[in-house]
Amino acid sequence: MALVRAHILICTGTGCTASGAKDVLAKFDEELKAKKLRDEVSLVETGCHGFCEGGPLVIIYPEGTFYTRVKPADVAEIVEEHILKGRTVSRLLFKEPLTAEKVPNYDEIAFYKKQHRLVLKNCGHINPDSIEEYIGADGYEGLAKAILTMTPEQVVEEMKKTGLRGRGGGGFPTGMKWMFCAKSPGPKKYVICNADEGDPGAFMDRSLLEGDPHAILEGMAIGAYAMGADEGYIYCRAEYPLAIKRLLKSITDAEEAGLLGENILGTGFNFTLHVKEGAGAFVCGEETALMNSIEGKRGMPRPRPPFPAIKGLWGKPSNINNVETWANVAQIMFHGPEWYANYGYDKSRGTKVFALTGKVNNTGLVEVPMGTTIREVVFDIGGGIIGGKKFKAVQIGGPSGGCLTEQHLDLPISYESLTAAGAIMGSGGLVVVDEDTCMVDMARFFLEFTQRESCGKCIPCREGTKKMLDILIRITEGKGREEDIENLIYLGTQIKTASLCGLGQTAPNPVLTTLRYFRHEYEAHIREKRCPAGACKALITIKIDPAKCVGCTKCTKACPVNAIAGTVKQPHVIDQDKCIKCGACVEVCPFKAIDKK
Amino acid sequence: MTIKSLEDLKKIKAESQLQTKARKSNDTQIIIGMGTCGIAAGAREVMTAVLEELAKRNLNNVSVLQTGCIGMCQKEPLLDVVRPGEDRVTYGPVSPSDVPRIIAEHLVNGNIVEDLVVAKIPNKE
Repeated sequence: MALVRAHILICTGTGCTASGAKDVLAKFDEELKAKKLRDEVSLVETGCHGFCEGGPLVIIYPEGTFYTRVKPADVAEIVEEHILKGRTVSRLLFKEPLTAEKVPNYDEIAFYKKQHRLVLKNCGHINPDSIEEYIGADGYEGLAKAILTMTPEQVVEEMKKTGLRGRGGGGFPTGMKWMFCAKSPGPKKYVICNADEGDPGAFMDRSLLEGDPHAILEGMAIGAYAMGADEGYIYCRAEYPLAIKRLLKSITDAEEAGLLGENILGTGFNFTLHVKEGAGAFVCGEETALMNSIEGKRGMPRPRPPFPAIKGLWGKPSNINNVETWANVAQIMFHGPEWYANYGYDKSRGTKVFALTGKVNNTGLVEVPMGTTIREVVFDIGGGIIGGKKFKAVQIGGPSGGCLTEQHLDLPISYESLTAAGAIMGSGGLVVVDEDTCMVDMARFFLEFTQRESCGKCIPCREGTKKMLDILIRITEGKGREEDIENLIYLGTQIKTASLCGLGQTAPNPVLTTLRYFRHEYEAHIREKRCPAGACKALITIKIDPAKCVGCTKCTKACPVNAIAGTVKQPHVIDQDKCIKCGACVEVCPFKAIDKK
Repeated sequence: MTIKSLEDLKKIKAESQLQTKARKSNDTQIIIGMGTCGIAAGAREVMTAVLEELAKRNLNNVSVLQTGCIGMCQKEPLLDVVRPGEDRVTYGPVSPSDVPRIIAEHLVNGNIVEDLVVAKIPNKE
């Protein structure tokens, strides 16, 4: 057997698979065999690198060359040039959006260079289906250390020392939560992983589950030991088939290896883990609704107290943490709490993974230490706004969060700073919007989502969000009334106070924060019947300025509904009855003769 | 595979790390000229011999890399040995049968195989 001299890592996360990674993988196998290189080159499927924008991603070691948007047709060239002759295929290298510079090495790309990947350290670097590779990356040593050398009380104490707080959004100190459950009496307890990630635009949990499933398992086993539980559930949404497949495989592998199941490492500690598939309701991300759903009941929240630590799943003391929180645990045990507490800012320790989406050049997963500013995330890591347009706001925390504006760009990200600004950490969705986005319309979008996902159990959330949505729709259609703004604020505050669960308590946030920072946009819609961003279709007309139009006919070709008429070299006219206000003509006009107002 | 103790776990960890060692660049390198001239002169066979020899000797901390034509085509196949902190040595023409000697003498023991040397590139550090 010859030595394996090179490793080709191909991301087969959901993003890259969607852009054709499986075909690329098959083609690599075929080409390597044809060139008789298969024995000396290893092909490895990995989880998500968090740079889905550039997928399918291929990384070749030992050089660490990073190829993006690889098509099956490129594979023969990569094998011939890179693998056989050792020449980089420069046309497939990543190009920095700001400098247009080509970067050969994975570690030198601005998107990765400024990140600090603790939780995501294995994602994209190991084969998630291989328990051996996870063990090779310090895996299961944290668990071994905890159950072989520490008492459950000591483990809880260590967690308290780290300052780790719930990454699902609430930010409750994890060590405290564990302590409540550990002290709760009873022979039977449960630990639960909340993997019902449902915020629009958020995919950090999915990437973790797909890219490093064993880290979640190990974290849960450590938690179970600390709290005296012997059974656990991972509640994963059914829309993540690959995550579920990899979780099930990793559970089987860990059981076979004796790292899950009965008598782990000969200590007498038992821990069985199940995967429960969610059925698609956003509200099941709320802990009490989630537990109802596991029990086979309708996914609706129930009042707290009693908190899950006292009376949780099947009425037994339970502890529920989010995927990212669990993924932190094993490393904390391995490196110790002081190591972890080194990272962070103020009362927010460690790192946070954000799913950066929207109008930025580099979308993807971003893990930064707490205390990093929004400017660094959006401009340094995200590469700035697409097309050089003007930054307007970020929506942080998904539909439960709020928007932050230019004045917050230098705000260090922490649980406290975000709450003070009217937003929340949330699970970590970060949607960037530019000058072309209407804030009223964005608030409407998020409220439409939460309104639809309201379970209907309590009246403030069920009826209140509906009323708020009606008002918002009215405003975007130019039928807003003077009293609407005050009504929105009144309704929003009432819903926040009176709703039963987190869904309703946070649903008005996008409306309230956009009102706080962009009230003038609401007023323009209501009083002047005008959308300042030019996004609300009912409020804009698209017109051609006859003085500027030279009759190049470009717009007539771009118009999808044939609403533009005119002869060549003569000014053109838009038929307002036919126009659907898509703005396609505005984009193509080389003379800026078309106005959207 | 059953893991019953910390020792078992550490054993698997060590084995696994050997498998993934090629995923980072090592300071010790063998670089083979794989330009058209090199390939025509038999560089592929030399590389195969290198990989087999490294596997036989269980040398996992060596990166095997390729380079293009350096303009000395008559001396191909060319093979460079880089040891940390030492001069980079270019050998040529190298035949597969020379490979075990270069690896044993130079890469492992640090003695340059003078009769095959084409050039020495001084270490800049």
